[in-house]
Amino acid sequence: MLKILLRNNSLVILVALFVVSALLSNAFLSVGNIYNLLRQLSPLFLASIGMLLVINTAGIDLSVGSIAAAGGLLVAILVSMMPPAGAMAGPIGLLGAIFLSIALGAVLGAVSGALVAFSELAPFIVTLAMMTIARGMTFMMSNGQPTRLPYDLEASDLMDQFGSGGVPFLGLPWPVVLSILVALAFYFIMGYTTFGRMVIATGSNETAVRLAGISEKRYKFLVYVISGALAGLAGVVSTARTGVGTPITGVGLELDAIAACVIGGALLSGGKGTIVNTVIGVLVLGLIGNVMNLLSVPVYPQQIIKGLIIIFAVLLQRFSNRPGART
Amino acid sequence: MRSITKHFGGVHALTDVSFRAEGGEVHALVGENGAGKSTLMKILSGAYTPDKGEIYLDGEKLELSNTQAARDRGIAVIYQEFSLAKHLTVAENIYLDDLGFGSSVINWRKLKKSAEQQIRSLGLTELDAYTLVSELSVAQQQIVEICKALRRKAKVIVFDEPTAVLTDRETARLFELIARLKQDGVCIIYISHRLAEVFEICDCATVMKDGRLVDTVDLQEVSQGQLVQLMVGRELKDLFPKRHAAIGEVVLDVKNLNAGDRVHDVSFQVKAGEVLGFCGLVGAGRTEIMRAIFGADKRDSGAILLRGKQVDNRSPVQAVRTGIGMLPEDRKQQGVLLDLSVRVNAMMKPKNPFQRFGGWLDQRREIDQTNQVIRTLRIKVEDSEVAASSLSGGNQQKVAVAKWVFSDCNVLICDEPTRGVDIGAKIEIYQIINQLAERGVAVVVVSSELPELVGLCDRVVVVRDGRLVGDVSGQDINEQTLIGLAVGVRV
Repeated sequence: MLKILLRNNSLVILVALFVVSALLSNAFLSVGNIYNLLRQLSPLFLASIGMLLVINTAGIDLSVGSIAAAGGLLVAILVSMMPPAGAMAGPIGLLGAIFLSIALGAVLGAVSGALVAFSELAPFIVTLAMMTIARGMTFMMSNGQPTRLPYDLEASDLMDQFGSGGVPFLGLPWPVVLSILVALAFYFIMGYTTFGRMVIATGSNETAVRLAGISEKRYKFLVYVISGALAGLAGVVSTARTGVGTPITGVGLELDAIAACVIGGALLSGGKGTIVNTVIGVLVLGLIGNVMNLLSVPVYPQQIIKGLIIIFAVLLQRFSNRPGART
Repeated sequence: MRSITKHFGGVHALTDVSFRAEGGEVHALVGENGAGKSTLMKILSGAYTPDKGEIYLDGEKLELSNTQAARDRGIAVIYQEFSLAKHLTVAENIYLDDLGFGSSVINWRKLKKSAEQQIRSLGLTELDAYTLVSELSVAQQQIVEICKALRRKAKVIVFDEPTAVLTDRETARLFELIARLKQDGVCIIYISHRLAEVFEICDCATVMKDGRLVDTVDLQEVSQGQLVQLMVGRELKDLFPKRHAAIGEVVLDVKNLNAGDRVHDVSFQVKAGEVLGFCGLVGAGRTEIMRAIFGADKRDSGAILLRGKQVDNRSPVQAVRTGIGMLPEDRKQQGVLLDLSVRVNAMMKPKNPFQRFGGWLDQRREIDQTNQVIRTLRIKVEDSEVAASSLSGGNQQKVAVAKWVFSDCNVLICDEPTRGVDIGAKIEIYQIINQLAERGVAVVVVSSELPELVGLCDRVVVVRDGRLVGDVSGQDINEQTLIGLAVGVRV
């Protein structure tokens, strides 16, 4: 019994947190609160999934927050450039703007990926540099000012509906639906396709993959492209929620994404970690913040408690990963 | 060690093993992989605690809660994977846990002098105590490990496959060292698969099988064949199964290959169905030649022709595409993905045959195919989903070679295919190689075990200092000729 609990420890922590939260605060269990929490977590969901893929190859992507800001800003700029009427003013134009924002993320990710995979530079350094480059680009594009989505544009309305509205009847927020779809897609990719398997294999033993005649560089490259694209999408979601694209969003997003992956059992040395557990990791992080807010815990102690819970989660994993043998 | 019992989960690694060894004797511990030798020694070294049983040293009962406790009591183990700090010097490594000789300030002069004393006493006169460990050869590193053990006045030293990475000259020096330690009254436990060595240096041997002690025998009174029979529990008629391969056309033709400063002007040919051996001392350049052919290392000049057509393989991806496969020398680091399942390892091919539209993998067919592979290659494992790390060395090697066996490669390079593999699995790997040759594959075998080269290969090429110095076939394939060519001495 204990073994089952230990193996699924992130789920156990999530359930425990959920129960504790429900007991500690009356406001917690309301649909409104939970939907709101999930809506807020959506950008983190998207970024964490991309981060998981990168971590699975034994890499890291510190640029995710900055790329999200770039993507969020670009979509706001593009929408505000759209003509007030006509074919481009509606959904088509909006989709175009969103597509370009994701593409921007993918391109930035590709630059990082190329440097990591083909020039064989350390992921930490490359994505650290990209973090500052992307942030700088975002400031340049916006002149340091936030860009508001224009009021009378159909595209803006759509964005607003997406950001604040939800599925008919259930009311499940659209960003959450998007996150679920993305999570499902990658769950399938990681578990059931060659691509997913090779990503994990590359992190597990890059040399063995190479000597089997498989291009490990291709997978190392592609995960950064995906991470960048998902980060761009996260930025779009963030802009949809707030109605504004600013150059200061997403600061610290990469660290939260890494924390979510690690709480979900991913090893920074690669080869381990699943989509499901990463989703759980995001929920754990979200729950901690949410319940503390509901209990009116001041912000600074919140940070400390959050950090402690992260340490606890990782220790629990360490303990469950090594059942008998000692070194 | 009395009545030692240990199990991991449902697996009984050791059942009621009682093992005795005396000071001043060299006691061999032999058995197939999985017999329990490593587990027994890990218990002795304090890494594991037995579920039942006790350990007595000089009549005194030991409670070993961790490896430090064992070391403090004078038990030292020299593993195949050394535990040296590569970026520190020899002197620092030897005295790593007591650099200050009692005080918290390092006494560099005393450190250097004491370290040099240790090193000289073991006969290693050319080593400077301030050399970085990373610059030492494997054999020299091993001597540093031994110094570490001796510094602590070890009473029991366990050697785990010490000669796997040594040349013949270095092995001889190690044996002299062991003889000296024996005279000093140290109890030496020698774990090895190389029975010739066991008979050379050991006084007696304890045979283990399936977690139990089979017998302890005096090596003066028993033959190699009898010892093997005890280990394997069955009679081994032939160590090298017969091969009926028709040798055909030249498949691989290497002309004037040059790579870095380790490969000079190498030319050779391999025919379909032929097993070509590569003999040479450790460091002669055999692996470097193979890696250059496989595209794993850069090739400076020279031509490689496959079935008459020139190929320019600059990477393993290209090499595999042109039909060359390689079983790397270091299976744990390069051949097998330890964290992943047998199935994933066996299906690790550039073009997965069970890949359907969109990259989706037909996992059920994969499992079926993997089970077939497991049956055909006789891999000892419960099912296809077990992680490769829990397999024994021989079975891991079979997993590593599986992807090549079930592909259509024309040339397979095997670099040390049976290193660290027990006798039973060795024979099975030879059978696999035979089957490949019978299928028309040109097989190249790099090996440091002369009996293996003699028994397995149709032809043997000898490498010395990066050049080919001999091409031996037929009657000339014998250990003496091969060693002579490898070392550069007329025999």
